[in-house]
Amino acid sequence: MSSGYIVTIFTFVAIYISLALSLNILTGYAGQISLGHAAFLGIGAYTSAVLAVRYGLPFWVDFLAAVVITGIIGTILGLPSLRVRHDFLVLATMGVNFVVVSVFKYVDFFRGAMGLVNIPAPTILGLTFRGGAPYLTLTAIYALLTLAVCWYLSKTWSGLAFHAIRNDEDAAASVGVGSARYKIYAFGISAALAGGAGSLYAHFLGSVFPDNFVFVESIGMLSMVIFGGIGTLRGPIIGAIFLRLMPELFRFIQDYRFTLYGALLVLMMLFQPMGLLGKDSWLWKFSTRLLPGNRTSMREEIP
Amino acid sequence: MLSVENLHVRYGQIEVLHGVPLHVQEGEIVAVLGANGAGKSTLIKTLIGWLEPSEGEISFQGERLTHLSAWERVRRGMAIVPEGGRLFRDLSVEDNLRLGAFLQDENTLKEQLEVVYTLFPILAERRKQVSKTLSGGEQQMLAIGRAMMSKPRLLLIDEVSMGLMPILVRRVFQVIRELREHHVSILLVEQNAFEALKIVNRAYVLENGHIILEGQPDELEKDPRVKAAYLGG
Repeated sequence: MSSGYIVTIFTFVAIYISLALSLNILTGYAGQISLGHAAFLGIGAYTSAVLAVRYGLPFWVDFLAAVVITGIIGTILGLPSLRVRHDFLVLATMGVNFVVVSVFKYVDFFRGAMGLVNIPAPTILGLTFRGGAPYLTLTAIYALLTLAVCWYLSKTWSGLAFHAIRNDEDAAASVGVGSARYKIYAFGISAALAGGAGSLYAHFLGSVFPDNFVFVESIGMLSMVIFGGIGTLRGPIIGAIFLRLMPELFRFIQDYRFTLYGALLVLMMLFQPMGLLGKDSWLWKFSTRLLPGNRTSMREEIP
Repeated sequence: MLSVENLHVRYGQIEVLHGVPLHVQEGEIVAVLGANGAGKSTLIKTLIGWLEPSEGEISFQGERLTHLSAWERVRRGMAIVPEGGRLFRDLSVEDNLRLGAFLQDENTLKEQLEVVYTLFPILAERRKQVSKTLSGGEQQMLAIGRAMMSKPRLLLIDEVSMGLMPILVRRVFQVIRELREHHVSILLVEQNAFEALKIVNRAYVLENGHIILEGQPDELEKDPRVKAAYLGG
């Protein structure tokens, strides 16, 4: 394995940590299960690609545009969640994923299956981040930024409102949490952060194709959140690292990646529904028992 | 302060409330008594805004709120203790209470937290505990405490005695009576007429979606229809 190859793997790990964390805001915090998160990755990636390739705009402009536009589209696509709940919402988010991919495929502006190519490497303050360690640093910074947003949210009233909605939407309304506003808010933030990850994804690969953002990718992201520990900060990070590295470490898994994801999902649901490192999970209980003084003060870990 | 006129509520084709009239005066504790399936819970869910009436008007402190959503009614001074408590199960006792004051400012939050912890010292002791680990009685107290956090003008209470041991039922009703000191009017729906009639100023009897009786507790206790149906003859 060359060092370039390893750096590439970890760049993807960093991007997927951001994605899993952003999905966790919607699904883990606010309790809105989404099987369409790859659509937001795609919208961010295509926004950046279009602005960079067709209009020659600099990286920071198309990156910010990806965040903002994906955030806005996420907010709009969140509207159905006001009318449908639970299993129907899952189906609706799936539908959104298929529609978005079709738009990339069949609207000429996006060049269909040929995709958008020759996306330039980003330049920030005269520095060009062309692959390798510099780009890994960039994606790692973004992952940390996403983590900071999640941490901040878990400390605010909005975070508490998300928890309330996840627990019992009607009861939340009856204490004054207007669930509509906060659900839309969760969709917006979650999508915006995924859009930023999409921008980094597009600039890293240098090209985007509709097939990069299909439905199975959404399942992969949800698997990361659930596998690691839904609703926690550590869970999605561990999930993203584990599920991205496994297929690389054991090459023979590569072709069966989604079989592995599916199998893991079933096993987790059966034996550890809160995830590998979720609250009440064996591993988490075990490790906190080893380090009694090391209890962090995150909201979800109140004993 | 609360007045309800001709309230009709239906689930699809089936009408559950057939034109219910009701009012609560400032400072009153009013009960709506009725057997299982009489429409009590439907009534209270419509009052808080979880269900929409097909006909009729609800006004509160002179304002029509028939078509407002639940959280907007809470902002206008209503609060509910739902059937079964409906706590935020994964959250701590204190977070449940804090959420109860979601629309209040920081000062009110602190004040009310003090009020609730004085009412229920056990909740103060269990502040950090996740609410689903509380006992049934404690959960019911937390539900009442959470509702009181918004400093409500009108408290709606749905079947608070359900599933509690008799001794706890008496205790909970005592607490409800004490709530009057906090300038809150109370409307409670109850199956346990015997205990409820001890603490209320006035009561309605709801039967098959119709209000069939209204009166003072002592009048109702004597009424043969109430005796037969709710007080064991």
